[in-house]
Parts: sequence; C-alpha cells; structure tokens
Amino acid sequence: MSEFTQDAVKALSAYLNEPEWMLERRLASFAVYDQTPMPTIKDEAWRRTSLRRLKLDKIGPSLNGDAATELPADANAQMLDIAAGGSMVQVDGVRLSYELSEELKAQGVIFCDMHTAVQEHGELVQKYFMSQCVTAEDGKFAALHGAFWRGGTFVYIPEGVKAATPLHNALWSANGKTFTHTLVVLEKGAEAVFSDEFGSAKTAKGQFLHNGAVELIVGDDAHLTYVSLQEFGDNMWQLTHERGRVGRDGKLDWIMSIMGTGLMKAFQTLELDEEGGWGRMSGLFFGDKRQHFDLDTQQNHNAGNTVSDLLYKGAMKHQARSVWQGMIKALPDAQKIDGFQANRNLLLESSARADSIPGLEIEADDVSCTHASTIGKVDDEELFYLMSRGIPRELALRIIVQGFFDPIMQRIPFEGVRQRMAEQIIDKVGSLDES
Amino acid sequence: MTAALEIKNLHSAVEDQQILKGVNLTVRQGEVHALMGPNGSGKSTLAYTLAGHPFYEPTAGEVVYDGQDLLEMDADERSRAGLFLAFQYPVAIPGVTVANFLRQSINSRRKAENPDDKGISIPAFRRLLKQKMTEFNVDHKFAGRYLNDGFSGGEKKRAEILQMAVLEPKIAIMDETDSGLDIDALKVVSDGANRLKSELNLGMVLITHYQRLLDYIKPDYVHIMLEGRIVESGGPELALELEKHGYGWVMEKHGVSAAAEA
Ligand SMILES: Nc1ncnc2c1ncn2[C@@H]1O[C@H](COP(=O)(O)OP(=O)(O)OP(=O)(O)O)[C@@H](O)[C@H]1O
Ligand SMILES: [Mg+2]
Repeated sequence: MSEFTQDAVKALSAYLNEPEWMLERRLASFAVYDQTPMPTIKDEAWRRTSLRRLKLDKIGPSLNGDAATELPADANAQMLDIAAGGSMVQVDGVRLSYELSEELKAQGVIFCDMHTAVQEHGELVQKYFMSQCVTAEDGKFAALHGAFWRGGTFVYIPEGVKAATPLHNALWSANGKTFTHTLVVLEKGAEAVFSDEFGSAKTAKGQFLHNGAVELIVGDDAHLTYVSLQEFGDNMWQLTHERGRVGRDGKLDWIMSIMGTGLMKAFQTLELDEEGGWGRMSGLFFGDKRQHFDLDTQQNHNAGNTVSDLLYKGAMKHQARSVWQGMIKALPDAQKIDGFQANRNLLLESSARADSIPGLEIEADDVSCTHASTIGKVDDEELFYLMSRGIPRELALRIIVQGFFDPIMQRIPFEGVRQRMAEQIIDKVGSLDES
Repeated sequence: MTAALEIKNLHSAVEDQQILKGVNLTVRQGEVHALMGPNGSGKSTLAYTLAGHPFYEPTAGEVVYDGQDLLEMDADERSRAGLFLAFQYPVAIPGVTVANFLRQSINSRRKAENPDDKGISIPAFRRLLKQKMTEFNVDHKFAGRYLNDGFSGGEKKRAEILQMAVLEPKIAIMDETDSGLDIDALKVVSDGANRLKSELNLGMVLITHYQRLLDYIKPDYVHIMLEGRIVESGGPELALELEKHGYGWVMEKHGVSAAAEA
C-alpha cells in the first residue's frame, strides 16, 4: 500500500510512461500539495464539511496494479449503454472499451482517455491541462489531483466543427482510488455535447476517494453542453474542482446530477471571460441516509455583456445534509451583465437539513443580478390536490418530487439517462416516515 | 345502481374552529343541486370536508356515499369511488404536466381495481385527452404545460372541468367553477357539465354566487347556507329570489346579523 508521497508520484508517472513535462507538472503539483495544510472547519470554505474522518493516506494513489482490468459484475450496465457517437468506459482510470464513429473521426474530433491524450496529443494537453481552468493553487485537493490524476477524458473539437453526435463517458470506480481528469476544449465556433457518468458499487465497503477535476474550455462562438452524472456508492468521499471558461459569444450549458457519494465537496466555477459569453449551471441533487453534499459555486463575470444563470435544486431526506454556497462576482468594468442564481431545497423529512448561502460581489454598477434561495417541505395543498384525483399518497409524493426536479431533468440531452434518473428519484423518495 | 351522497348532521372544524354546524343534504346521481350562501358561510368547507382535505376535520355527523362511510375513506379513495371536487382555487403543481398528471390519475383508478393493470397505453391516453380537450375547448398545448402553473383564472377552471370529463365521476362538487370564466367559457363548461349529466348521469353540487350559471345548468334544488348550516332549500325560484333581494331576508329570518357573516 502506498501513500501520497513524492516517490509515489514518480512511480505513477513512470508506470504510465509519461513524458518528462507531465512528470514535472505532477511534481510541481505535489510540492503545492505538500505545502498546503489540510483544510479544517476553521477554513471559511470548509466550515460546513469536516474531513476529520477521512483517512487519506490509507486510501492512497492509484498506482500500477491497483487498478481493475475488467468491468466488475456489479457495474451499472445501463450506465454503459448510452447511444452516443463516441463512447468510452473506464474503470479506475483504465480504459476498457472505446468507440468513436467514423463520422466524428472525419470531423477531426479528438475523443480519447487522458493518458492517450498525453502520449498522442502532447502539444494540446501541454497547452490546456491544468493551466487555464483548474490549477494546483486552487486548493489542497486540486494540488493532490494534479499530482496523482489518473484516467479521465480528453475532448477536443477543432475550429468550426459541430460534433455530429454526443459523446459519452462512463467512469467506474472499483478500487476506490479515483482521480479522473476531464479536459474539454472547444475551439472557435465548435459545438459538442459531452457527458461523464461516475459510479461505483453501492455495496462497496471501506473509504473510497474520488479526487477529480473537470476543465471546460469554450472558445469564442463555441457551444458546449456538459453533463455530469454521479451515482457513486455512499462510501465515497468526493473532493473535486471543476471550472468552465467561456470566450466571446461562447455558450456553456453545464448540467450536473448528484445522487450518490457519502460526502462531497465540490468547487464549481464559471468564468465568463469575454463579451457576449453565456453560461448556465444546472444542478440536481438528492441525498438520503447520511449523505452530505457541499457545493461551492462561483459565477465570475470577467467581462461586460455576459450572462450567467444558475439553478440548483436539491431534495434531502433522512439525516442527509446539503450546503450550497454561491457567489456571483463582477469585475469593475464588467458592465451590463446579467447574473442569476437560485437554490431550491425540498426537505422530505424534518431530520434532513439544507443550508443555502447566496452571495454577490459586484464591483460594476450597471448590472442586473438576482439571487433566490428557498428551503421548504412538500406542500400539503399540492399533495391533497393530487390525492383528490385518486392518486395514492406515495405516488403523489413521487410525482411532486419528480416535478420539483423536472425543469433540470429537461436539460439533460439523453433520453435514456433521463429515464434512469427518474427511476432513481422514485427509488430515493421511497416511502417516507413522515410528511 | 345509482350512487347517492347522504350528508347527515355534518359538523366540521378548521384549526379547532367549528365551521360546519350540522349540514343535511342528499344528492343523488342525475340531480343538480345549487348551493348558495354569503362569503364565509362554509360552502367550501363543506366541499373540502367531503373531499377529505386533511385540514378539515369532521367532528360530528356522518356521510354515506354509495353505501360506504365516506368519512372513513382517504381523499384518493373518495375520488376513485367517483366523487369529484372542482376546486374554487385549483393548486399549481410546477414540474408536473397536465398530461402526466391525468395519466397517473387514470392509472391509479385502474390499478385500484386491478393491481396487475399495466395502465392505459400512451396512444389510447393521447386519443382520450385530445378528444376531451377538443370537447371542452381547451388548447391542446395545455397537455404539455405544468399543471395550473401560470394558468389564468379561467384556464384553471376549464382545466378542472377537463379533469372531471376525463375522470368521469358519479357526483361532482363544483366550487365556484363559474367565477373567473368569460361568457364563452361559461357556456362551454356548462354544456360540458350538462353532457356529463346526460352521459354519465352525473350528480352535481354547484356552489355559486350567480344566477347566471343556473341559466345554463338548470338546478333541481337550490340550498342556502348560513353560518355552517343549510337554512333554506327550494326549487330554482329560490335562486331567483336571492338574485333579486340578496341575503338580507334570509339572515333576518334566521336571526343572523350581516356583520356576523362578514
Ligand atoms: N384553512 C382555513 N383556515 C382558517 N380558516 C378557514 C380555513 N378554511 C375556511 N376557514 C374559515 O371558515 C369559514 C368558512 O369558509 P369557506 O371557505 O367555507 O366559506 P365559503 O362559503 O366557501 O365562502 P366564499 O363564498 O367566499 O367562497 C370562513 O370564516 C373561513 O375564514
Ligand atoms: Mg368558497
């Protein structure tokens, strides 16, 4: 068993046969990791999420031999069976299957696992990898990721290319050491729809770790729809950094669903760098038992005439807890911006808890920014109305919860995924001890 | 066999406040009863109590519906047994489309009858809904809209009647369905209700403040509610009387001051 040491960084890089420049980046990240203290609840960003029980070094990095070599029998078969022009399955960061249609290849679309990208598209990866979006300086776990990342996906859409079909990636964690890196680059005028699905066995025991990073780079006039769906088992500790950057008149439609995981702390940031940029962040989360989701979002208007729109909707039952802390920032000369954030929470039982903390930091004066947050229970009048039409109470509850999530579900561009998520929601609503 | 709703000495409380103080009324299938009365006299309370709203607590009396003890049944059972309430204030349910909602309502009925029922097929449901929407002059776009969400007052009322037409009840309580409807809509809704009456032998309790509705749906009986009791019952002429003279004489006759009702 190995721990997070400098030697482990070297061993991983050597095993992956990486070029010198990647090893250097890993080592530089490791140096930051080494010097950064472990966050505690005394740090503002971590006030509501304690890592005290996380035995990080007991989990350790995903080195040679630790990774699975075949898809475990308990992997979610449906997750792997999504109609897409490009699809890939990875287990513990190792690619098991891969398909890219001739059509997409002919378009010049690059879609491959991150390690292949380092070998075959070194120049592009050097340019974009952890240099423009997520960097080691973002925090202890961004640095850890930079040092020990393994697996994940590289998507590159050349200038003016509109990817003919969606791309889908399934990332399964079997050994519980998961360090996936998603890097999506859309050049000027490019378009793509890409989805990452994360999962691990619901029955897995011991502490698992997902220390991932997502980097989305949307060029001028480009349009990216990125969907991230997570259904890890609840022994997972998820510590991630995600950032999207949007150029002039670019569009980023970013949708995430969080169903699984025991504890999650995610930093999700949208950067609107140039005039005309548009970004929408849609989040759906549903926690039960003792699940703990802590979502830290930022909408940064770095240029004028930009629009950001965030809607996060969460339902919580049992002892589950969610935290959403959102910030809209506008630089002094970011005039005529439109920033919107809303967080809506549905507590299905009074034992559950949600914290909702909106924030604005606006230095420009000609802006329109609004935020809204609500925490409530299922409305008795809605329940009665449905029941008065003959619908039994439990079904009525499901219908209401599904309705609550519907506006976000509609934004998921995969019919099969929507169907499956609807089933998960029904499953989670289950029967409630109270109303 | 035709169903009857027999209300005997019904008392009902809201938040520990006694509102219904002994209501007696029998409604059989095929009959039209108009229920009138000043604001706050308890008409909606009666409707909610009959429909099984959890906030309205029956404290005395009994209600027999189709031979069953209605007050023992949950709200959903009452609906499936053929009792329908058209709400005075229909509730918006964001995120749930009219079509999905109605399909679930139909399927809940089928499933209650036969636990193995697989539900109405999508094409059959679409056909049914389309036909009813055409019949009740409801824009077909409504099927895909969220239930009552952002509907205008009149649209909500029409949607209630659309639901009634789809669910085919035996006895319907229509709580001020006429308020908020424009003249054309009032005609469409009334025609629809009359059709359901002749097709299904629907029994109706029309709660209304206006004679106008009763021009379109002819009542067999008219009742006046005051302070939680039905104090006068008669034929259609009673409604005309109210139209002409208001409630003053009723209140006087029953020793209720106007201030107490307000
Ligand atoms: N949910 C409630 N909470 C508190 N009081 C209520 C509630 N529902 C009804 N009431 C009270 O009960 C009384 C009767 O109300 P109800 O709505 O039944 O009158 P109504 O006859 O339908 O009047 P309207 O003609 O204005 O619709 C009123 O005094 C009302 O304030
Ligand atoms: Mg009323």
